[in-house]
Amino acid sequence: MVNITLLPWVILFSPLLAAFFIALFFLRSPKIAGILSTASVLISFAASAALFGFYLKNPSLLPVETAYAWISIPGLSIPFGFLIDRLSLLMLLIVTGVGSCIFLYSIGYMRGDQSFPRYFASLSLFAFSMLGIVLAHNFLMLFVFWELVAVSSYLLIGFWFEKPSAADAGNKAFIINRVGDFGFVIGIFMVWMLSGLGGAERTFLFSELATRIPDLAHQNLVTPAILTVAAFLVFCGVVGKSAQFPLYIWLPDAMEGPTPVSALIHAATMVAAGVYLLARTFFLIHDLPNVLETIAVIGVITAGMAALLAVVQNDIKKILAYSTISQLGYMVMAVGLGSSTIGMYHLTTHAFFKALLFLGAGAMIHSLHTQNIWEMGSLLKRMPVTAATFLIGTLALCGIYPFSGFFSKDEILALAYEENRVIYFAALLTAGLTAFYMTRAVWIAILGPDRKTHGHDHHAVHDAEPIMKWPLIVLAFFSVTAGFMGIPAFIMGGHGEHPHFNMAVAITSTGVALAGIALGTLLYARVKNRQDPLERFFGKAYDVLVKKYYLDEAFLALANFFQKLIAQILFIFDSKVIIDRGANGAAQLTAGLGSFIRYAQTGKLQTTALVFSFGLVALVAFMFLRGF
Amino acid sequence: MISLHHYLTVSALLFALGLAGLLVRRNMLMILLSIELILNAANLSFVAFSSYWGDLSGQAVVFFTMLVAAAEVTVGLSIAVLLYRKKDTTDTRELETLKW
Repeated sequence: MVNITLLPWVILFSPLLAAFFIALFFLRSPKIAGILSTASVLISFAASAALFGFYLKNPSLLPVETAYAWISIPGLSIPFGFLIDRLSLLMLLIVTGVGSCIFLYSIGYMRGDQSFPRYFASLSLFAFSMLGIVLAHNFLMLFVFWELVAVSSYLLIGFWFEKPSAADAGNKAFIINRVGDFGFVIGIFMVWMLSGLGGAERTFLFSELATRIPDLAHQNLVTPAILTVAAFLVFCGVVGKSAQFPLYIWLPDAMEGPTPVSALIHAATMVAAGVYLLARTFFLIHDLPNVLETIAVIGVITAGMAALLAVVQNDIKKILAYSTISQLGYMVMAVGLGSSTIGMYHLTTHAFFKALLFLGAGAMIHSLHTQNIWEMGSLLKRMPVTAATFLIGTLALCGIYPFSGFFSKDEILALAYEENRVIYFAALLTAGLTAFYMTRAVWIAILGPDRKTHGHDHHAVHDAEPIMKWPLIVLAFFSVTAGFMGIPAFIMGGHGEHPHFNMAVAITSTGVALAGIALGTLLYARVKNRQDPLERFFGKAYDVLVKKYYLDEAFLALANFFQKLIAQILFIFDSKVIIDRGANGAAQLTAGLGSFIRYAQTGKLQTTALVFSFGLVALVAFMFLRGF
Repeated sequence: MISLHHYLTVSALLFALGLAGLLVRRNMLMILLSIELILNAANLSFVAFSSYWGDLSGQAVVFFTMLVAAAEVTVGLSIAVLLYRKKDTTDTRELETLKW
């Protein structure tokens, strides 16, 4: 029996060691880098599975918290520790499990790239950071890893930095995340300040805060208004990281990175970290109906807006990116409606089927050398495994029984049905849109005819090599079966609220999804040319969608306005105060004083000697008076 | 009996004489001479104190001062010579270039 307290260390640090060794020694040896990196994640996965197995047998031991001294100064001690509970166990399995599939797939996908080792070093660094977020038992440690995933995400989005668009996309992702994290870090310190109001020592620990914050609220030591502000600030981090309205604009651009990166970071794990954070800090928002409602509304707005945008995209990765944003909106909405369990449930199923979809798209891109769905087509014949698994992923995303997406999405809809009818209808509409845009992509890219005009290498298009094919099959398996694994029951730990199921909602949502599929089929099944029929139906509205609601432009204008305003103020301050008063003023003062003092310099030898003598006399007189 | 006070009085008179010459005279050579007087006033009091306390270090300092005075006069006289060549005078009133 391995020491159970050792396992979190193994899980966390094996990817870091891999990243470390690759970065230092193996930047020129792709083979070793690939094997080392993949092996490290497989070790993490094995350790996570062992940990999971152990606590599945001994559930009464949960939650386990281990802490080691990290930063300790008077009045502030921040331990470095792990919190193992049902939430982190589940998340560990997702990150390392889906991660293992994607690492394996990457070996095939990135083969031949001249920066292959750098790719795996960054990916390992990401795995380390993400696992750190999952295992962190206090706010500050979580924040450190939160920033680390942002860095590794930046490195991987801009992996092909020779391409200006990729470098820009990396910057955009990083900068927009800073906007959210600015609020987040203030929120963290606010919670920390509030935790000390009861007289106890302030703390960053989730386990302490989870009991203390509600206590303080009950004793009226903390007013709901202040708590609301703190909760919103923490939520800012979620809005940035999990690509919620209005900060979601970085995620579509992040598709500039290699496709496995999009699958791992920008679909399955990192962007889900925000939802994980909400679940982890649910105690903070639990008793604040206003905050919950706002979160739910932002979630549903995000879900709807992104789903609409996905309808007009022609780049398969962009479609999946907007779909990811939309599904993240669903998760955030679920948390906002009061159930972090259901949010985490959807996170889990989404991790499987969205990673599957991205990897499938990656296989298509790898073999067809295009991301444009209009240049694909008739893939069921040419790439049967990829096409079949992509279809499974699509059905899971659309929420068709018995695929996993049905279960989690249905629980969200059932919850919305009970809590808020307006949100319910918006979410239902989004579900229909989801089915519609995925059907569109499937008909154009896979089922439809090959529209590539200048293509001549038809025989070269085939399924990917086994190392890329098997991850697809594994993920497809989980996309089908994840709904039957009792994930919500596991998160709840066999107590608490009953899993939501509402037959009427289930039938309605399936009906809506089928309607979406039917509409998509009707519109796109017989399109022969490369003209989107929607473009003809909705001229102006279509343009607005193509321009992404002009949100990018609005952000740019806003940033420009404030930048220019601040620059103008600083310029005036600089030229009027610093230069005129400071630099020139000092010079004028010196010159003015000098023009008086220079009269002392007569140039006459005797004058100098006389003054000198007076000084001497004065000195002697002074000494006499003091009595030596 | 010549006491310490006598020596010190002579020394003070010498010093005052030297200082007065320094301030009043315009001729550079006279100024240099006045400086010598001041130095010698100091030497006299050094020797007087040395004999009074029975400590020879005062006399050692006097030798040192003489040496410095010799060097100072050498430099001072060469400046005077250079000045004379340049300005045809040794009057310090002509030396005004160091003023504002």
